[in-house]
Amino acid sequence: MDKFTKLTGVAAPLPRVNVDTDAIIPKQYLKTIKRTGLKAGLFYEWRTNQDGSEKPDFVLNKPAYKNAQILVAGANFGCGSSREHAPWALLDFGIRCVIAPSFGDIFFNNCFKNGMLPIALPQAEVDKLMQDAEKGANATISVDLEKQEITRPDGGVIKFDIDPFRKYCLLNGFDDIGLTLRQKEKIDGYEAERRRTMPWLDGSRAA
Amino acid sequence: MSTKPRTLFDKIWESHVVNRQDDGTCLLYIDRHLTHEVTSAPAFEGLRTNKRKVRRPDLTLAVADHNVPTTDRAKGIEDAESRLQIETLRQNCKEFGIRLYDMDDIRQGIVHIIGPEQGFTLPGLTIVCGDSHTSTHGAFGSLAFGIGTSEVEHVLATQTLLQKPAKNMLVEVTGKLPNGVGAKDIILAIIGKIGTAGGTGHVIEYSGDAIRGLSMEGRMTVCNMSIEGGARAGLIAPDEKTFEYLKGRPMVPKGAAWEAAVAYWKTLPSDPGARYDRELRLAAAEIPPLVTWGTSPEDVVPVTGTIPTLDAAKDATQREAYERKYEYMGLKPGQKLSELKVDHVFIGSCTNGRIEDIRSAAAVVKGRKVAKGVRALLVPGSGLVKEQAEQEGLDRIFREAGFEWREPGCSMCLAMNADKVGYGERCASTSNRNFEGRQGRGGRTHLMSPAMAAAAAIAGRLADVRELQ
Repeated sequence: MDKFTKLTGVAAPLPRVNVDTDAIIPKQYLKTIKRTGLKAGLFYEWRTNQDGSEKPDFVLNKPAYKNAQILVAGANFGCGSSREHAPWALLDFGIRCVIAPSFGDIFFNNCFKNGMLPIALPQAEVDKLMQDAEKGANATISVDLEKQEITRPDGGVIKFDIDPFRKYCLLNGFDDIGLTLRQKEKIDGYEAERRRTMPWLDGSRAA
Repeated sequence: MSTKPRTLFDKIWESHVVNRQDDGTCLLYIDRHLTHEVTSAPAFEGLRTNKRKVRRPDLTLAVADHNVPTTDRAKGIEDAESRLQIETLRQNCKEFGIRLYDMDDIRQGIVHIIGPEQGFTLPGLTIVCGDSHTSTHGAFGSLAFGIGTSEVEHVLATQTLLQKPAKNMLVEVTGKLPNGVGAKDIILAIIGKIGTAGGTGHVIEYSGDAIRGLSMEGRMTVCNMSIEGGARAGLIAPDEKTFEYLKGRPMVPKGAAWEAAVAYWKTLPSDPGARYDRELRLAAAEIPPLVTWGTSPEDVVPVTGTIPTLDAAKDATQREAYERKYEYMGLKPGQKLSELKVDHVFIGSCTNGRIEDIRSAAAVVKGRKVAKGVRALLVPGSGLVKEQAEQEGLDRIFREAGFEWREPGCSMCLAMNADKVGYGERCASTSNRNFEGRQGRGGRTHLMSPAMAAAAAIAGRLADVRELQ
């Protein structure tokens, strides 16, 4: 997994609430067996007309936001389906940080597994960043994970919270599975105890 | 172990902690893992790349459901990508030694229907699947939640997950449900009340005599849509009905093991005085037959009602959202729901594809005809549900009425296979999501109970099932 330390880039405004993962990437892009190359499907139904041509007024189609690395959105971003294709599509487009007042739990969790940083901030702070993002390519935003700070184009600073373990993993680019496998003995021990006290739990092969 | 009163969630959580870090992050043991073709391929690929094995192949059960055709299976899958995805699942299961219910197996069906059906789902377990509707299994008093593909890989490799405990939320529904109102209306009423993010960060425990009065099928409908209220998991305490449903199913413990299991399951319900972070109470008597009007499951109105006007929006953001919804759904504020003509009716999905759902729709459809111009699909949730319905003669009722009687799968709930709602077309659906494009690009979804969807099929428009009784 790529490390996430500091990110400076253009922020795209998406001032909609309840953006669901079906909207982030619709079903036809879920037929892939890979996790790469999904930017073609990102916000597909908002980004394209029915004939597949681009809608020039959708934010990520505007020249100013073609290289956006940050997305500023409304509350409950990423609600709905568990599809990890949603963060994969954002990442494939180049977005590594999403800032919103709140997130769908599964989407939020999925971001961290892909070296992405979702930041939840009070609505008033998101409103400020939304205004910054509206200014386009001339107004870049910086996100410093180590300091837990967002720096606005005018130099103003907004602090953010993050779970310390998730921060540690992002800063170091740690793969969860690698970390967990180091605890193999504990897992073995748990399983052995379980087999002793509740042997019927291993019965799923019965049929 | 603390001695203070604990919730059902607390008990399951504490009994599955393998390791607790100082910051509260826990390594949680996973008892059961379900998997399907859409969210698993990159996880298996990851194992191969890193030369890792599946730690406990016996604790994972696989099935193809999202992409499968619901028409004649003998013809195979026309869509090359869908075919490849299912073929990939087949190969992965073979390579890693995982049991798969393939397309020609009577036990094949929607992942959240077959788990309980086979007794793979049991009380007190941790159950995960790369699918947000894993919350369904909470109806058995197990902690069941959806995960992403990276976590699927983590479970396959380690049989654990890194998690932080959720908060406890109690939703109590008391009293008698009115005529024409069922489990789907209960959960729609709850989501309408708490909103689509209302349960975020929480596990919802459903209790009260109206919940206890539901069958296991009804309880699964309620827990299924917990995620539509933002909660990753829903829970209902196991009771005699739970045990009765499970007893004798293929993967359920037998003999002395069954007795030991039941004794343990009886210790699971929340202790008197257990503390919840949030509590909500609803009177069953006040729940009418409900439908959704907009593009979020929280957009709930009585079928006898009207499309909310902008005055009903609570702020500027919601007003803007309402305007988008009117446009997408082709609605006028103040319009009567009963005026809305439907092009499609879909009865099925992990929310409402079980035998009881089919029975309740059949009771409405019996002796009647689907309205002209309406395409109505009945898609059983599994091969065994289909077989049961056919034994009861329910397929004939639907066929004679003009319904298409299909093979099991996810079908038009998310339209990954060939079953889609066309641009600008309207669908009365028993599924769980009315998001833009969910059932097909430009498709307009109204969520409701199986009985209400059946009523819509007969009337050719959204209709109050009570008028057909």
